[in-house]
Amino acid sequence: MITRPEPSPLGRTTTTFVGIAFICLIFADVAITTVDPWEEFRRLLLGLVTPDFYATDSVVLAIAYTLAFALLGVVLANAMGLFLALLFFSRIVRTGCAVVRAVHELFWALIFLQMFGLSPLTGVLAIAIPYSGIIAKVYAEILEEANPAPLKVIPAGTSRISAFFFVRMPDVWAHFRSYSMYRLECGIRSSAVLGFIGLPTLGFHLETAFKEGQYSEVSALLILFYLVIATMRIWMKRPLMPVYLIGAAAILPWGIAFSSAHIVRFLTEDIVPHPLRTGAGWEAFWDWLNMMVVDQAIPGTIATVQLTMIALVATGFLTIVLFPLISPLLLGKASRFCGHIFLVVARSTPEYILAFVLLQLWGPSMLPAIIALTLHNGAIIGHLIGRYTETVSLRQDASTGFNRYFYEVLPRVYRPMLALLFYRWEVIMRETAILGILGIATLGFYVDSAFADLRFDRAMLLIAITALLNIGVDAISRSVRTRLRLQTSLEQQ
Amino acid sequence: MPLLELREETVGYSGTTVLRDLELDIAQGERIALVGESGAGKSTLLNLIHTRLGETAALVPQELGLVQALTVFHNVYMGRLHQRSIWRNLRNLLKPAKIDVDLVIPVLQRLRLDDKLFTSVGELSGGQQQRTAVGRALFHPGDILIADEPVSAVDEHQAREILDAITAEKPTVILAMHDRELAIQFADRLIGLRDGKVALDVQAAGMTPADLDDLYRNTDR
Repeated sequence: MITRPEPSPLGRTTTTFVGIAFICLIFADVAITTVDPWEEFRRLLLGLVTPDFYATDSVVLAIAYTLAFALLGVVLANAMGLFLALLFFSRIVRTGCAVVRAVHELFWALIFLQMFGLSPLTGVLAIAIPYSGIIAKVYAEILEEANPAPLKVIPAGTSRISAFFFVRMPDVWAHFRSYSMYRLECGIRSSAVLGFIGLPTLGFHLETAFKEGQYSEVSALLILFYLVIATMRIWMKRPLMPVYLIGAAAILPWGIAFSSAHIVRFLTEDIVPHPLRTGAGWEAFWDWLNMMVVDQAIPGTIATVQLTMIALVATGFLTIVLFPLISPLLLGKASRFCGHIFLVVARSTPEYILAFVLLQLWGPSMLPAIIALTLHNGAIIGHLIGRYTETVSLRQDASTGFNRYFYEVLPRVYRPMLALLFYRWEVIMRETAILGILGIATLGFYVDSAFADLRFDRAMLLIAITALLNIGVDAISRSVRTRLRLQTSLEQQ
Repeated sequence: MPLLELREETVGYSGTTVLRDLELDIAQGERIALVGESGAGKSTLLNLIHTRLGETAALVPQELGLVQALTVFHNVYMGRLHQRSIWRNLRNLLKPAKIDVDLVIPVLQRLRLDDKLFTSVGELSGGQQQRTAVGRALFHPGDILIADEPVSAVDEHQAREILDAITAEKPTVILAMHDRELAIQFADRLIGLRDGKVALDVQAAGMTPADLDDLYRNTDR
């Protein structure tokens, strides 16, 4: 008897997620509301092809500040992350790291802004704190996967510290180094985006230039930014590290003062829920909490989840379109070169900047956010999958063209692609929340409004809810990955 | 008029020479077994023959070249991908059409694999995977089959069944085999390779496994 084909677990999961995303899309507001979006787009394109590097003297300084925040933040995060990774056996450390990395660096920046004002400490800590949580987790995983055999053969009685530096460190050093390079790249992107909330980095100048319609200046800023990231592996040499660090510390304006009384007040009074602070009692507190949840947390959460699901599935679709651009199984050398350039640009542009640009062009709706998240994340996963196909060898008589793509290549990369996609789910959600700052009604919108109204108690509550949501999605994603036996080791390449 | 005339001084890849002074004619309807030690150049010769014959020949490479995530049906169907329109191929990828399933089933019946029609190849044993790869080659419309050790992972009884199926379906067959006895029984021409050269080229009839010993004796270097 012939058995009918049964949908595979991968197929079922795919269908479920596509279905959910479709329902989310039906209820999403994706209208273009600007009067003449294409005229503005034409001017933007014109500006992009006519970069003006002399528009302001501040272009170089903006890049320098961007790099300085990123370097100091990532180096600090590396040190703290390594230390925490060694303590990762402790449940408290693991939970602490999970909480710390569930809060996006922009939210951290908004918090530190209240405490330290525009002092460089705000930018450095906003990067260093969440990144230590991420780095601790990744380093702990690398240490766990390291070859255990050498540890068994060292003489009994060797101190743990000696054992660590002689046996463990040499083994994992290369992994740590390549991962911290990747983190530095992320750090530069984060640092650029911090400009949007007032720090003197690239984002600040980008926003100003954009609002004034100075598209040639926008173009110059972006080109320099891409160049810095694309050439990172050339200028980032270990012997030069002390020079860079001293340089970074020297150029940042540490003179900006902040008052410790202010910090104490923020931590002990401002963030305490208003009814409790004024002594209005627990009943008033429950009313306050109820109001917050019903009016802000629930609508914000719905929009965040909705946007996340649409962006997640759209990213998957875009990935299977983009990875062939750099796959030697499918394209020749010349086409792949162009593909590489496109993917580098798309993944180097922070989604926040992309969303900002599209919002200016199309007006406020979910559309700019969907496109921005999809393009950025699709390019990242597309790049990893394209690189992965370099390791796949096909039989000599394999079919060509579309047949090769659909029958030989796509089935082989589908599983690793889903693994990466689910791994990125949490990242997409964190970004989605943040895009609210730009005016899309996700949780970030309510957080930003609370900060603007100086209602820090509300802001902290909403940030806590956002963090919980991220931790929840992370847990769901992990269980889906375990159930489908999806490996994620591609992520760190 | 031979199907293929090979006249090559050297054959190899990326700088290393694998085969030397190659002079071989292959005629339509021949059943050829390539024998010789591993590393003697059998796979290189098969790849060369396949490259020369192009689309008319079906290939079973040693590493099989199956797509693990797809079902047996899909992997066998891939033998005719180039003959079908892209739309039909896409349709079959999503939901196999009855007309194509009915074409694939007889091939699988011959190979005793019809009960695995819609099983993912990744879930099959080594022998079942090998039979799937042979199935793909049998489903290929060409009447020449080139196979590199196509029965290495199955028992002797199954090996005979598979070889019977191959000879029944394809007039011209060129196989690399390490089982000397099976090679003599199956083929009508034996080509022995040794150190990258054709050391033997005889009719199989009347040969015994011991006659091939020379090919496997250690060379003094």
